[in-house]
Amino acid sequence: MLIFEKSRPGRKMEYIGNCDVPEFTLPEENQRKQDLHLPEMSENDLSRHYSELAKKSYGINDGFYPLGSCTMKYNPKVNEEVAALDGFTQIHPLQPVHTVQGCLEVIQLAEKYLTEITGMDRMTLQPAAGAHGEFVGLLLMKAYHQKRQDTKRKKIIVPDSAHGTNPASVSMSGFSVVSIPSGKDGCVDLEQLKAVLGDDVAGLMLTNPNTVGIFDRNIMEITSLIHECGGLVYYDGANLNAVMGTVRPGDMGFDIVHLNLHKTFSTPHGGGGPGSGPVGCKEFLAEFLPSILVEGNSELTVVQPQYSIGEVKNFYGNFLVEVRALTYLITLGAKGIKEASQNAVLNANYMMSQLKDLYTMADEHLCMHEFVMSLEELKKQTGISAMDIAKGLLDHGIHPPTMYFPLIVHEALMIEPTETESKETMDDVVKVLRELYQQAYDQPQLLLNAPIHTPVTRLDEVEAARNPKLRYIFSE
Amino acid sequence: MGSYVPTTQEEQKEMLAAIGIESMADLYQNIPAQVKLNRNLEMPEGLSELETIKKMKEIAGKNVIFPTIFRGAGAYRHFIPSVVKQVIGKENFLTSYTPYQAEISQGILQSIYEFQTLICELTGMNVANASVYDGATAAAESVAMCQDKKRKKVLIAQTVSPFVIDVVKTYCYGNEMEVELIPEAEGRCQLDALRNQLDDSIACVYLQQPNFYGNVEQAREIGQIVHQSKAKFIMGVNPISLGVLQTPMECGADVAVGEGQPLGLPLAFGGPYIGFMACTTEMVRKLPGRIVGETKDRNGKVGYVLTLQAREQHIRREKASSNICSNQALCALAVSVYLSAMGKEGLKNAATQSMSKAHYMAECLEKIGFRIKNKGIYFHEFVTESSKSTQIILDALEEKGILGGLALANNDQNQILWCCTEMNTKEEIDLTIEILKGVMGHANI
Repeated sequence: MLIFEKSRPGRKMEYIGNCDVPEFTLPEENQRKQDLHLPEMSENDLSRHYSELAKKSYGINDGFYPLGSCTMKYNPKVNEEVAALDGFTQIHPLQPVHTVQGCLEVIQLAEKYLTEITGMDRMTLQPAAGAHGEFVGLLLMKAYHQKRQDTKRKKIIVPDSAHGTNPASVSMSGFSVVSIPSGKDGCVDLEQLKAVLGDDVAGLMLTNPNTVGIFDRNIMEITSLIHECGGLVYYDGANLNAVMGTVRPGDMGFDIVHLNLHKTFSTPHGGGGPGSGPVGCKEFLAEFLPSILVEGNSELTVVQPQYSIGEVKNFYGNFLVEVRALTYLITLGAKGIKEASQNAVLNANYMMSQLKDLYTMADEHLCMHEFVMSLEELKKQTGISAMDIAKGLLDHGIHPPTMYFPLIVHEALMIEPTETESKETMDDVVKVLRELYQQAYDQPQLLLNAPIHTPVTRLDEVEAARNPKLRYIFSE
Repeated sequence: MGSYVPTTQEEQKEMLAAIGIESMADLYQNIPAQVKLNRNLEMPEGLSELETIKKMKEIAGKNVIFPTIFRGAGAYRHFIPSVVKQVIGKENFLTSYTPYQAEISQGILQSIYEFQTLICELTGMNVANASVYDGATAAAESVAMCQDKKRKKVLIAQTVSPFVIDVVKTYCYGNEMEVELIPEAEGRCQLDALRNQLDDSIACVYLQQPNFYGNVEQAREIGQIVHQSKAKFIMGVNPISLGVLQTPMECGADVAVGEGQPLGLPLAFGGPYIGFMACTTEMVRKLPGRIVGETKDRNGKVGYVLTLQAREQHIRREKASSNICSNQALCALAVSVYLSAMGKEGLKNAATQSMSKAHYMAECLEKIGFRIKNKGIYFHEFVTESSKSTQIILDALEEKGILGGLALANNDQNQILWCCTEMNTKEEIDLTIEILKGVMGHANI
């Protein structure tokens, strides 16, 4: 039942008391005339409403969450406690600089550690999410080429295995997308790449490890090819959780990097956000960054780079997310960060080793932090799709892997266990996945009907889009 | 060193054996040696939780918490009911991903559907999305929604927050729309100037209500002028003001956006906040970001799903209406709980108190020698001028734990932008006036 249906006229709570100064009233012509239907509730009913909704939601705290590309690792509780400190939550973003030295220290330390991990020189923490970071990275490229008056560079190369946000960000930045086909293992096809190179190329966007979970061995040649033709190389940090402490984007020849603090650095996803998408770059691009760069030793100040692309968001980004990520970095330290990545890769390979005799892998070799299975053959033989297997998992209380991505693998299920899952958790999930595979042959109807143990069964998405009902309509 | 890895040494060996390799280093055997980092990361060693908390508290302790705040300018300190904080701390909400798997995400999806309804109610508009990053990016996205092949220019009132204008300009640097400001007169958007600037190259006009100086704009008249040239009319609104002030729908807006932070989110040094976006039914397919819709399951039971996804990046790629993927869902939840807790009367009370206290404070400031710049109706912010230097005024307040108004740029007249909310008691205001009386009394210092 919607909260609006639980509302009763006249029911209310007092949160702010009475006005202690003479009341000012707006002139009639400026007053709101439209009805305002806000729920009228007791706090008990309100609180219960959200407890009920919480029961119908599934977080990392509820169980295994192997969403490939999303790095759903455990969200440490200490991060929440630190982010709730009054010394962070009660600070106005426009306070004088000498009264926000702690906040600036958070930004400075986070920048320091994250640039070390990525091999970059400077970093802005202003972008609010990964896609927002991509937008910033592309504007850096734009500003760089424009400053050099190299304005014919309008093309950004994006492999067809890339996340959808990459091409969308390219369009928002005034560039056009050149899509190049990838190999079966998701790696860049060097010949295809060479064929599109020229003096109109502004840059390349790449994820490494790629979206099939494979580290592209040709990475140095790829980044050199782009640099030789005058372009810049952008690293989509979605898959950084595989390689921290072992290899750095900066050392692979990347000029710009975005990170997802809500993936790699353990901050919670909150049902879709807030995230944080810092953008790091090499020194020669730092002069174009958004204006919130922290400098200084004992007295910290905020400086604006000379050729800044401008602000992409108000103030300092999703600051409390940055606080959580810094807490995580400080907790793990140099060794812990490396250990986290190693164990992410260990877990992915372990799960793959337990499944590959049954499920077809998009690539059979050692994977990085995630692997992709193709259920194309299973579907041909049994009619059971990747979606059906995913829905089958729901009935076992397991969150399904990412489905139908990357687009280059048909009937894809992309599994990223992360380092915070135990062997027995993975063993249980492997067991279920193997049972479901068998079920596809023996009792396909069960999978076609799944899920049945969830608050609702499969929902009619076509109807939702055809006949959009996007809000509750009040009766009077 | 803290660690969240559960694997024991023994298990690690078993797992490596199952994979068919010997050491953890072997996991990276496919990475060419030349790109590998051949040293440790230059970072401190990890800390125990006890040490981490101590260190982070130390850092937080270097900030000054002002018990009294008269500063707004886009970030507002309102009261946040305890129930808001409790609900958004629930782990099922906090630790879940974007609700792609609808069957186990009905709670999140329903909460977004309720959020959309609440934003529609607040703004009076027909449809709303599930949120964007903040008010400034909502403004930038709303401008991008209105562009078409022929109309590539946006007019922004000069009275809009400079912080919002900055962000709109950056987005327009990206999508190559042209930005032009509409001049102000006496702290309001100039209608005649607007008439002259409008032509068939203008995609949209962006107005902030109340504007950066707190003034209430002639929004309905502006809407009518804008529509005569077939451009779209966008209003950026303060959601608290909508408890009492004319809605964007009543003013004829095509799109209404705003910063949702005043509705239950702490100041938090500027984020996370939340941008809300609402529009008329005609424009729904241009709306960026997630949208939740109602539908039915196989048994005819009502449920909720992400819908109209053909607008979005994961389907449309370079043709998407925006690149947005992650949004501010948990902040949207905070807004929903806030609005449901406060209710219609509570929101109206917060709006009235904020406005009344601002007017009370302005009157008091006027009595001790400040000039009030605002000539007509204003909401909970106002601008003063005085002969006293802004620095002296603000320093005197800071010494007493009071964060005074914001010093405005281009400050020959020592302009300060003040803000009051229901959090500022009469006692606090009177005390502030007493302090300032002392400062103003020594006019020659």
